[in-house]
Amino acid sequence: MIEFFLSLGFTPYISKITALLLEGTFDTFYMVFLATAISIIFGVPLGVILLITSKGYFYENTYFYNVLGTIVNALRSIPFIILMVAIIPLTKFLVGTSIGTTAAIVPLTVSTIPFLARLVETSLRTVPYGLVEAAQSMGTSPFKIIKKVLLPEALPELIQNFTLTVIVIIGCSAMAGTIGGGGLGDIAIRYGYQRFQVEIMIATVIILILMVQLTQVLGDYLTKKVDHR
Amino acid sequence: MIKLENIHKTYVLDNHQKVEALKGIDLNINKGEIFGVIGLSGAGKSTLIRLINMLETPTEGRVIIDGEDITDYKEVKLRKVRKSIGMIFQQFNLLSSKTVFENVAFPLELDNTYSKEEIENRVTELLTMVGLEDKAEVYPAQLSGGQKQRVGIARALATNPKILLCDEATSALDPKTTSSILKLLCELRDKLSLTIVIITHQLEVIKECCDRVAVIDGGLISEMGNTMDLFANPQKDLTKRLVSAVVRKDLNDLLEYTKLEPEYFEGGKAWFELLFKGDKATDPVLVEVATLLNLKISIMGGQINHIQNEPLGIMVVAVEGSKQMIEKAFEEFQKRVYKVKLVGYAE
Repeated sequence: MIEFFLSLGFTPYISKITALLLEGTFDTFYMVFLATAISIIFGVPLGVILLITSKGYFYENTYFYNVLGTIVNALRSIPFIILMVAIIPLTKFLVGTSIGTTAAIVPLTVSTIPFLARLVETSLRTVPYGLVEAAQSMGTSPFKIIKKVLLPEALPELIQNFTLTVIVIIGCSAMAGTIGGGGLGDIAIRYGYQRFQVEIMIATVIILILMVQLTQVLGDYLTKKVDHR
Repeated sequence: MIKLENIHKTYVLDNHQKVEALKGIDLNINKGEIFGVIGLSGAGKSTLIRLINMLETPTEGRVIIDGEDITDYKEVKLRKVRKSIGMIFQQFNLLSSKTVFENVAFPLELDNTYSKEEIENRVTELLTMVGLEDKAEVYPAQLSGGQKQRVGIARALATNPKILLCDEATSALDPKTTSSILKLLCELRDKLSLTIVIITHQLEVIKECCDRVAVIDGGLISEMGNTMDLFANPQKDLTKRLVSAVVRKDLNDLLEYTKLEPEYFEGGKAWFELLFKGDKATDPVLVEVATLLNLKISIMGGQINHIQNEPLGIMVVAVEGSKQMIEKAFEEFQKRVYKVKLVGYAE
């Protein structure tokens, strides 16, 4: 990679940090993408379960809802940096190591799933209950109501909340750098903080800002596209 | 067609308090009938209509649809029954993420018994029936309230139900749109031999299209009968109040602001309230009585309502004459009109 930039005529120093930042950006993308995907796979069903076991919905079970809700809240109240260290044994068990980008995905996912689950629950709650009732009056099964009424109707809110989730994960992924998680945060800490290379610090911050901006713009665009209200 | 037997519904609130929404309802709705249920808010109307398709389960009593006792049916079996009962709502409850076409197709797509072509034909047919054939590709947000309810009706009728439940279906609409929706419901009843149950707090709705009415008050049916009878001859206080607000809107004000004495006095005019019903409403009653007794009769106010295409009129007239003549006039009126009442005497 460095050779590529050298061949373009950049100085060795510029070539080196450009390659470094590119690699960091790619690592961050990799972590954020996978963590988001896994969080959605687990977070959306969890949010749906929270909703349908809550009062007034088809599988109302106050006891179950309260227990699950408490677990979700407990996980959400642990600061990410502490959670990351606390679940190192789990990370080792799942990935084999607690260092590197792949390892960072575990704490990122564990902290995001309950966060996203609550967002999904509240998104689905914005769907007027009358729509559920109308579907029931047509003889629709609960599964089809979730699939064909609740999720599609809440799609604009869901996309907004997915956007928010991606942004939170971008922030957390930078934090993962502090304990050797890799990515832009890792670079900012190692070069910008520990070696006083301010220009690298500034460059990582700019890249992070751009990533968040892009995510938001894309999220808003998609929301607008699916929102017919 | 729909039979409710001794229905009780009790809700248990969070604080373990019990609320009795329905306290023993017996109702028998005939096939092809438009049946109205009217009551103030909190009377239990919404619960009552949801019992018919078992969106609410009764605490006690039986629900019998088309001879089939569905009270103890479990979810899966109930879903089948519900497909034969359409329902429309005050807030329309259309899916905002789907077009008009997709909304109407929704109940058809639920079970995979229809082919794509069948669905397309059926939806087009339904949209033509409710006059929205040109709106198929539009999203509900772009429609007016009346159009949304038309989509609601098309959707509710998609699976060819025998029964249509209307839950305050016109309460969010302006009077003109309400009228057009009610007309549509009447047409559809005749065309598809539907049985329609309408719950409402608006007596105008009942007046316009119901064959029979039940007045519900405090979880019980307080009065039930043919719409015309209920309007012409209300028995209970609540019914009288509801009916008088519609049938004698202006007359109530007139009588309130006129100084009326209860006893006859020299030179006073007697105020009569005359109620006309059916064919008699068009008879020249006033002229007849005036010429017969040689009296001067002046019209003070009046209103004519049409209930199920039959006129129901109320008129307030003042009669000038001696006490004896006024008594005679009363007798003559009594022979000619549905009801007559001497309201009082005024200058």
